[in-house]
Amino acid sequence: MALPAVETVECDILVIGGGMSGCGAAFESKYWGEDLKVVIVEKAVIERSGATGEGLSAINCYMGQRYGWNTPEDFVKYVVNDMMGLAREDLVYDVGRHVDSSVHLLEEWGLPVWKKDNGEYERIGRWQIPIHGESIKPVTAEPARKAVGPENIYERISITHLLTDANDSGRIAGAIGFGVRENKIWVFKAKAVIVTCGGASNVFRPRSVNEGIGRTWYSVFATGSAYGLMIPIGTEMTQMEHRFVPTRFKDGYGPVGMWFQYFHAHIENSLGEDYTVTRDSELRKYEPYGSAIPTPTPLRNHQMFLDIKEGKGPMYMRTDLAMQEIAGGDPAKMDKVREEAWEDFLDMTIAQALTWASQNIAPEDTPSEVVLAEPYIMGSHSGEAGAWVSGPEDLAPPEYYWGYNKMTTINGLFAAGDGVGAAPHKFSSGSFTEGRLAAKSAVRFVRDNPGAVTVSGDQIRQLSEAIWAPLETFDKHKGASTAEEINPNYITPKQALVRLQKIMDEYGGGTSTWYTVNQAGLERGIVLIEMLREDLAHQAARSRHELLRSWEVVHRTWTGEAHLRHLLHRKETRWPGYYYRSDYPDLDDQNWRVFVNSRYDAASDKWSLSTKPYINIFK
Amino acid sequence: MPTFVEPNACNACAGEHLGPLCVYICPNDLMVLDPGMNKGANQEPEMCSECYACVKLCPTEAIHIRGYADFVPLGASVQPKRVDGGFTWTVKFRDGRELQFTYPSRTTPVGSSDPYKDFTEDRVNDLGGQGLAGESKWLGVDRLPTLQAGN
Repeated sequence: MALPAVETVECDILVIGGGMSGCGAAFESKYWGEDLKVVIVEKAVIERSGATGEGLSAINCYMGQRYGWNTPEDFVKYVVNDMMGLAREDLVYDVGRHVDSSVHLLEEWGLPVWKKDNGEYERIGRWQIPIHGESIKPVTAEPARKAVGPENIYERISITHLLTDANDSGRIAGAIGFGVRENKIWVFKAKAVIVTCGGASNVFRPRSVNEGIGRTWYSVFATGSAYGLMIPIGTEMTQMEHRFVPTRFKDGYGPVGMWFQYFHAHIENSLGEDYTVTRDSELRKYEPYGSAIPTPTPLRNHQMFLDIKEGKGPMYMRTDLAMQEIAGGDPAKMDKVREEAWEDFLDMTIAQALTWASQNIAPEDTPSEVVLAEPYIMGSHSGEAGAWVSGPEDLAPPEYYWGYNKMTTINGLFAAGDGVGAAPHKFSSGSFTEGRLAAKSAVRFVRDNPGAVTVSGDQIRQLSEAIWAPLETFDKHKGASTAEEINPNYITPKQALVRLQKIMDEYGGGTSTWYTVNQAGLERGIVLIEMLREDLAHQAARSRHELLRSWEVVHRTWTGEAHLRHLLHRKETRWPGYYYRSDYPDLDDQNWRVFVNSRYDAASDKWSLSTKPYINIFK
Repeated sequence: MPTFVEPNACNACAGEHLGPLCVYICPNDLMVLDPGMNKGANQEPEMCSECYACVKLCPTEAIHIRGYADFVPLGASVQPKRVDGGFTWTVKFRDGRELQFTYPSRTTPVGSSDPYKDFTEDRVNDLGGQGLAGESKWLGVDRLPTLQAGN
């Protein structure tokens, strides 16, 4: 089987991923770099790609500065508490101070935002505004596509590796991948690269099995590429031990935010108890965060977790009580709240609406089960795993600043969205905003560094062979067995994924081990995941579709390995409700209110871990 | 399945699009043209998140969802129909109850966005500052917040 043709695209700025942050990056790049060639490369089609492709029922990051609702300082205080004391204040503030402009632009482009009678935005929480958001992604993609020009959007190309400069391994030079729908290797040479790819779903064994593993809470297309691309070239990462465990409606993983904040529903266990009341004293163990208002998300999880572990489940969201209370016996009011309740799912998690209908659940009559999901590793939403990036020059202390806002420790490599660590609670609007911030900074980098980058032909050849290897492996070895999926020479991408999920679940604190880890288990998990990483070079793909899956599981495995190594390094339980270290069960602000960073060195195949200080900027 | 294609309703988008629109739009590379039948099909149902991107785009309404076999009992359906500026959803329960909802999804005509309309930031002189493109018009407050003295 011959290697396919290699096609090379030269550009100034390469945006990898066309989700919310990628669209923001493309849009902003082309304004400041009107004369620059800006390219988006995307494995799907930007109108429906990424985590918001299905739609959204709320924008969860909006300050409302024009209404005097919140200041960016308020946002920093809230986020730091919700993260149990660990978030980069400069990065969080930076998103907060700019995000309103992004939301207003989305509205201008056609996003329907719920309004009050006086024309102000409706609110469902301090930072949350409801939207009719089924089309948030096509509305966001359209101006990005127009801005860079449709000829500069390369779709159905899966990027597998970043390329560093042949003369300087600390300087980015582009990226390489393959055509998902045609036999072709694609090389993108770029002076600056912005990684806006997704965090990772399906790294941990999901609660659902078989077909249901596609119904992950976080997008199943988010395959950890943000991490799987940046880690192998030695990018310094931060907070990769962090994960998000969402409390969601059971199985369909429909959102609960609207139910808590707008409908004021509560969760009860099977005895009719409300854990936020019965387990209030538990919060005192985690001060000062236990007293924060609102209670941090992991601590609310932790309270529910204790109920479930004591056998007091199933847990039910009392949708019935909440809706009846709002309607107050008025059928017209009930019609309105029913319409709002179903829209919450139909705008963003349609599978949950189908789950309700299939189980005859009308929320005004029947409470609905909620569950703690499997863990997800991400840098947007409520996650904070990602690259260690420079902050903005007017906010960042010297320890957090090296010249270009959102630039990683690789020269010319920028990140946004799930790719930026220690900058959580961005959600859709904040990710779009962070893409814009990275882009403006990347334009400045290209202006300051206009020289051409050098990509080595040898590197391209080696990587092309590696990219195509799963197809070759199948071709070469298929004759060794009468069954394609049982062959001593290879594993399929699905088998690799399941192996990863089992390791992560059993040694990395998934659902089957009650989110609990310890040193011995993590060390054992690392041994097994190192073997998995070796075996990934022996994957077999029967089609380009399976080739896509082979590289997705490579990215997911880098994510999982980084997660295990960071969990091992942090000797405390910082986020009860997300995970527990049984050997260090307490939160230890004295020693561990620090960021955990890591760097992988390809030459020695070794990881080094370190800590970085938490610097309080907004006193 | 979760998406499935009704064979009699699918014409592989003949006359509408070069290749089926479901194959074009699927964010997870699942929908393919079955060459034998010349119709759309889901090649990897366990990686389908039921995002409905293909269902919403299908010109003949040939694509439906059969909920995940591991937790969704048979008999229900949720089907969107594009209407002016949004979608009408029909929700059918297992027990036969039926609900219908219509929600807007876009306030402007598709294709009407004008990316940098009325933006005034100077592309050279403002590049070194903290403001983003268009913020003098769209931020909603006069001044971009920064670190105050004394902090």
